[in-house]
Amino acid sequence: MSVLAIVEQRMAGEVLAAAQQFGTSLGIGVKAYSIDLPYTADAYTAAVEELIRNVNPSLVVFGHTYQTRDYAPKLAARFGRVLVSDIIAGKPPVFVRQMFQGKFNADVRLAGDGPHFVSIQAGAWRAEGSPQVETFSPSSTTSRQVAEPPFREAARAVDLTAADIIVSVGRGIKEKENLPVVEALAQALGAELAASRPICDSGWLPMDRQVGSSGQTVSPKVYIAVGISGAIQHLVGMKGAKTVVAINKDPDAPIFEVAHYGIVGDLFEVVPALVEELKKTK
Amino acid sequence: MKIAVAIKQVPLRDSLLRVNAAGTWIEEGNLGFEINEPDAYALEEALQLREKHGGEVIVISAGPARVSQTIREALAKGADRGIHIDVATIDTLHIANLLAAALKTEAPDLILTGLQSDDLGYGQTGVVLAELLGLPSSTIIMQIELQPGKVRVKRELEDGWFQHIEMPLPAVLTIQSGLNKLRYATLMGIKKAKTKEIKVITLDGAAEVPPASVVIEKIYAPEKNKQGQIFDGDPKAAAAKLVEKLRFEARVL
Repeated sequence: MSVLAIVEQRMAGEVLAAAQQFGTSLGIGVKAYSIDLPYTADAYTAAVEELIRNVNPSLVVFGHTYQTRDYAPKLAARFGRVLVSDIIAGKPPVFVRQMFQGKFNADVRLAGDGPHFVSIQAGAWRAEGSPQVETFSPSSTTSRQVAEPPFREAARAVDLTAADIIVSVGRGIKEKENLPVVEALAQALGAELAASRPICDSGWLPMDRQVGSSGQTVSPKVYIAVGISGAIQHLVGMKGAKTVVAINKDPDAPIFEVAHYGIVGDLFEVVPALVEELKKTK
Repeated sequence: MKIAVAIKQVPLRDSLLRVNAAGTWIEEGNLGFEINEPDAYALEEALQLREKHGGEVIVISAGPARVSQTIREALAKGADRGIHIDVATIDTLHIANLLAAALKTEAPDLILTGLQSDDLGYGQTGVVLAELLGLPSSTIIMQIELQPGKVRVKRELEDGWFQHIEMPLPAVLTIQSGLNKLRYATLMGIKKAKTKEIKVITLDGAAEVPPASVVIEKIYAPEKNKQGQIFDGDPKAAAAKLVEKLRFEARVL
């Protein structure tokens, strides 16, 4: 019996650290492999299936990357299991994961025999040391998906990473017509305006102003999150800010967990009051 | 082109959620429900593909009786007919098995669903469904281009990277929010939806229920561990306090 870590470049150290911790708590060893193949869902599902049948692990550990999300659920289903995805803590057989967009945590227990499958959230385990990773080459490979090389869209017009102060707006703004409320704050502070994903999805602000896992990762001196609840996809893009300020009407919003300062209140009252205050004392 | 869209009903986005007495799920008594947001984008994409290529859009959803309302709303937006699997389970593999069984007889050319649910957030029903149906899949899709017998998609990667993937039809795709602009149901649509078919599949305990490999033991509010300074009450006073703190304590303004 062993813990099997499936390692890709992204999150490699964290996955190894988590696997090591799980192995220790189970009293079994860890085997770590990277897959020697260009990625497609079909190719990786088959390759890791073969690897699992060779190694016969009781637990398989992945990083919760976009690649894992693309094939690991399929792989787990092949073994009659559900991938316990995006875990933030715990050890076998009980892991902690977020539900309801981070409003709650859940303790989930693995039931039945292994292999079980878990993916760990980025940043939840600290990478340690530089353990041994072997390379696995499957005996054969077929794939219905044909993948083209990754690409980036045309250069970003806005570089938020250079901004000292960022005012970022989320769903709480309710309508595009309300954007001037936060624009006034950005102007009063000499800040760049940014947004969480839903605002850019709706086309209210251009995509290159998006902060988060699929947008830009920023670390300004001050990050003011206005009407942003703080889903993990957003938090990973701004956790590096020196000072985080949150303005939200929901005192339980996850954004307050990372905020150094916060105001619980209606942004349509708080933000204009802030602008007035900034102008007054200038 | 026959397109099936698997949708999930979840609590209204702004709901005040409470843990139930047993501590194993949320208290659902007084909640309102709506379509899971990424599923709404999957539905919209299906409707746009039908408008471009012709064919039929079927919405399918598993859940208790209240789910039929969300199916009806999808019909009002323009889906042609609905399938409601009347079941109370939330086990991913069980749900995916039920969806797969119902969709096997429909044999759609394309199956779309949102990339993850706003409640459980496992992000895998679509991918598992593909495995159970023996179909190729791709996830976190930002663009779909149908070609004869195949589909070319734009898949989102991390940090602003993308990738094009091509695969044969039929296929399963999980849709990222924001790939299109959602439509509202029209009055005419709402009227028409009343006469559209919703096939209800009940299980009567006859079907075999696979044992769950993951069990929710307990749900609870996350521990508050950050010592941030939070102000509330009068907005003007709170704003003044915050500006003072930013100037003289954090010294960032």
